[in-house]
Amino acid sequence: MNQARHNDHEDAKLGMWLFLFTELLLFGGLFLLYAVYLRRYPHEFAAAGKRMHVVLGTLNTVVLISSSLMVALAITALQRHEPRRALWLVSGTVACAAIFLVNKYIEWHAEISHGVYPGSALLKAGAPGESIFYSLYYLTVGLHGLHVLIGAIFLTVVIVKLKRGSITAHNFTLLENGALYWHLVDLIWIFVFPLYYLIL
Amino acid sequence: MTTNTRKTHELSYAKLTAVWLALMVLTALTVAASRLTATGIPHVWVSLAIAILKGGLVVSYFMHMRTESTVLRWFLFVTLTTLTIFIGLTFFDVLYR
Repeated sequence: MNQARHNDHEDAKLGMWLFLFTELLLFGGLFLLYAVYLRRYPHEFAAAGKRMHVVLGTLNTVVLISSSLMVALAITALQRHEPRRALWLVSGTVACAAIFLVNKYIEWHAEISHGVYPGSALLKAGAPGESIFYSLYYLTVGLHGLHVLIGAIFLTVVIVKLKRGSITAHNFTLLENGALYWHLVDLIWIFVFPLYYLIL
Repeated sequence: MTTNTRKTHELSYAKLTAVWLALMVLTALTVAASRLTATGIPHVWVSLAIAILKGGLVVSYFMHMRTESTVLRWFLFVTLTTLTIFIGLTFFDVLYR
């Protein structure tokens, strides 16, 4: 019986990791597109990259890395039989997800109101490399934003289950998998941030 | 009752916070590098090197990969190798076309 439950836990974690690997390949494809077009249009990418909001991007990086720390701490807290602390820490992570999305909203709102969006008249009139940069930017960051939203929903379910006491120091597979998903979101941002905001 | 905690090794608060601190320093470094150094292809490599270092810290500590089973570590290796082959072959095509 004990062995069976243990195996369930290990299997669930293995399944999560396999899913995360497909996610890495998905975003890997987008980074590959970025790399090929950066080689083809280095000057246009530089010009487009200069218009990015570096301050908001940096702020979001700090927010995401800190949220990752909190969810990692939550696992330790639960292992140390401190469920209340774990609850607060996961809530902090979800709050950070909300901050991240609000910042993203501000950023996209500013960009779109300046006429910078795929297919806009401004980009159509400009160099082709610049419109490719922004198309890739909206695609990659949009897909990442969707992951932030899904991760936040996932962790909200974890919060509810922590409150109900169905996630405990002896059974926290869901918290662990939620945390793994959240760290992946952080991991992808760690690559998105320098490539789109800082490189040129 | 169960053995859930057996395989998931506990990482101390101090250790996790130290990893966070390292990630913050590397973030500051990558932003500083983009402001100070000349831009261009060398800067792309510096940024990627810092990102890979940060990613390694997240995977090893936050995601507990350091204490995971050999099977899982092999899976990670195979995934990253596949990604490297994809990217490598694409560039072989793009650069020597």
